[in-house]
Amino acid sequence: MMVQMVKKENENKSRREFIRKAGRIAVAVPLGTIPAILSRKSYATGYVWQIDPYKCTSCGLCKTSCVLTPSAVKCTNEYEMCGYCDFCPGFLRQGARVYDTGAENQLCPVGAIKRNFVEEPYFEYVIDENLCDGCSKCVQACEDFGNGSLHLQIMQHLCVNCNQCRIARVCPSDAIKRVRENEPYLSKDRNKKITRFRNKQVSAAEEQKPVIE
Amino acid sequence: MFRKFSRIIPYLLTGLMFIGHSVLYAQQQMRYPRPEFETDYTYPEYQYIYQRSPVWEYIDVAVLIAALTLTSWLVLKKRWRQGIVWVSLFSLAYFGFYRQGCICAVGSVQNVSLALFNSDYSMPLVALLFFLLPLGFALFSGRVFCAGVCPLGAIQELTAFRQVKVNPKVEAVLGSIPFVYLGLAVLFSATGSQFIICRYDPFVGIFRLGAPYTMVIFGSLLLITGIFVNRPYCRYLCPYGVLLNIFSRFSYRHLSITPAECINCRRCEPSCPYGAINVSDKAGENELTVKPSTVRLLYPFLIIFIALSLGLIAYNTAPLLAGVNKNVMLAREIRLEKETGIKAESEAALAFRESATPEEELFAEELIVIKRFRAGAPLVGIFLGLSLGIGFYRRMTRLPRTEYEPDRGRCISCGKCFRYCPVKPN
Repeated sequence: MMVQMVKKENENKSRREFIRKAGRIAVAVPLGTIPAILSRKSYATGYVWQIDPYKCTSCGLCKTSCVLTPSAVKCTNEYEMCGYCDFCPGFLRQGARVYDTGAENQLCPVGAIKRNFVEEPYFEYVIDENLCDGCSKCVQACEDFGNGSLHLQIMQHLCVNCNQCRIARVCPSDAIKRVRENEPYLSKDRNKKITRFRNKQVSAAEEQKPVIE
Repeated sequence: MFRKFSRIIPYLLTGLMFIGHSVLYAQQQMRYPRPEFETDYTYPEYQYIYQRSPVWEYIDVAVLIAALTLTSWLVLKKRWRQGIVWVSLFSLAYFGFYRQGCICAVGSVQNVSLALFNSDYSMPLVALLFFLLPLGFALFSGRVFCAGVCPLGAIQELTAFRQVKVNPKVEAVLGSIPFVYLGLAVLFSATGSQFIICRYDPFVGIFRLGAPYTMVIFGSLLLITGIFVNRPYCRYLCPYGVLLNIFSRFSYRHLSITPAECINCRRCEPSCPYGAINVSDKAGENELTVKPSTVRLLYPFLIIFIALSLGLIAYNTAPLLAGVNKNVMLAREIRLEKETGIKAESEAALAFRESATPEEELFAEELIVIKRFRAGAPLVGIFLGLSLGIGFYRRMTRLPRTEYEPDRGRCISCGKCFRYCPVKPN
């Protein structure tokens, strides 16, 4: 009787062992084939999220939908497209009674656009990234009345690079897409590729330009 | 007639070229010409900052391998629960609070399925390794990833203060949710629609100390539940846990409750908060399950029947599921607008009108997406049906056990049972 029971136990054990071995092979096969399939199309560098400036409709969701507060999306100026206008539609509010640089006449709600005199009649417009919250009011105005040089970009030193970008999910025009890590910014100028970067944020004091005579 | 006409063709073409060229020129022309500076003003350069270095991502992989190896050693050889707690504390600090929860193995499932079924997305190597390594370790030593490495598991492990046992039947029903979650996540990411695992990640908001409030509330509720019903996310939601569950069932080695031979003393019975200990039949209370042979013969057919019918149901619900895709949603809105005449007001519809894309293009896109859902959904249905059928089969028939063993699928190798066993290692 005892011997029979032990025999039965051994039988059960060996059956379990067999199922386990067969199963191990069965699941190891897909585990091996997935990297084999993907090896041809996997890259050492990953992806980052970026806004296609030509699809962007400056709806303003970038400001509110980012997981970060303030948003990692900031406005930038593509200087080579900028008209350096005196009456910059991105800088001055439409319908302001007097066109001067008073805070009440500026379009930017946080005063992030700095106006520097270059020469008569040109003014340079620099965005202070520390102040900008990506509301895209100036982008809309520059698109409507100016050259469209102001555009939104995801600042890669701020972006935490979520696997699924929360703004990309809500973006109404599908403007946010994955781009290769070695080309993390998209220029408004279609022919220009941005391949050189600063590697740290320059403080406001350093950014002061030498006076042009 | 034709010869006469053919003479004009070159002139017509020239005219067309002029018109075309002038249209292109007008498009290129900016409203305000580029200023010609008289001073030596130069355009500002390098306005973009980029400091992310891929080295850090490879350090993540190295840390992942180290933590997995260490946990395996602690579980299999050292049998030291406190050590596993320390490793999970480190993982919570590193993968959770320092690396802020991205990328994690749980989410990488979606990257893999997106890369497998979409030619324009290629897999970042780091994400691929994050997907493969925990599964490889599961095949060797069980779910050590859950025990010590996963930051989502660690945050729940370290806040589980009480143990409330869940009725095994309730556990079985709730435990089927992850299968559905995994199926939907793979389907949605393979069709390029959404990454729902990341969207409903409960703890990433806590790791980043900033998230939409719904996310934080969901995470906090899970943590509060987890104080009593330990690891609710891992047991009732985690889609990656399904894969680890399957792989761990066939693992080469696995955590054992006892260091030597089990003496069936029943002391480990209450130790597992997850109900993952298979009770020995020698302990007396359990009767050996009767194994009716006809059921055994019929069952494979029943499993196939369940799988196929779920596949059919999934095939028919494909257009409904396709609604999560942004383009499909937009196309449906635009069509509704055309049918009812009520203007579509959503941001997407406004942006679509502004972009002046032809409607036909959008509707064609919609059809393609629905077609992809039609192709993928039955496979997901068959997977769910097979899992369900095999689950039923396992509940109906089983081989008798002579010792207390962890259930290899559900045991997460946390090691809570170690100190309950009175047997000394020989």
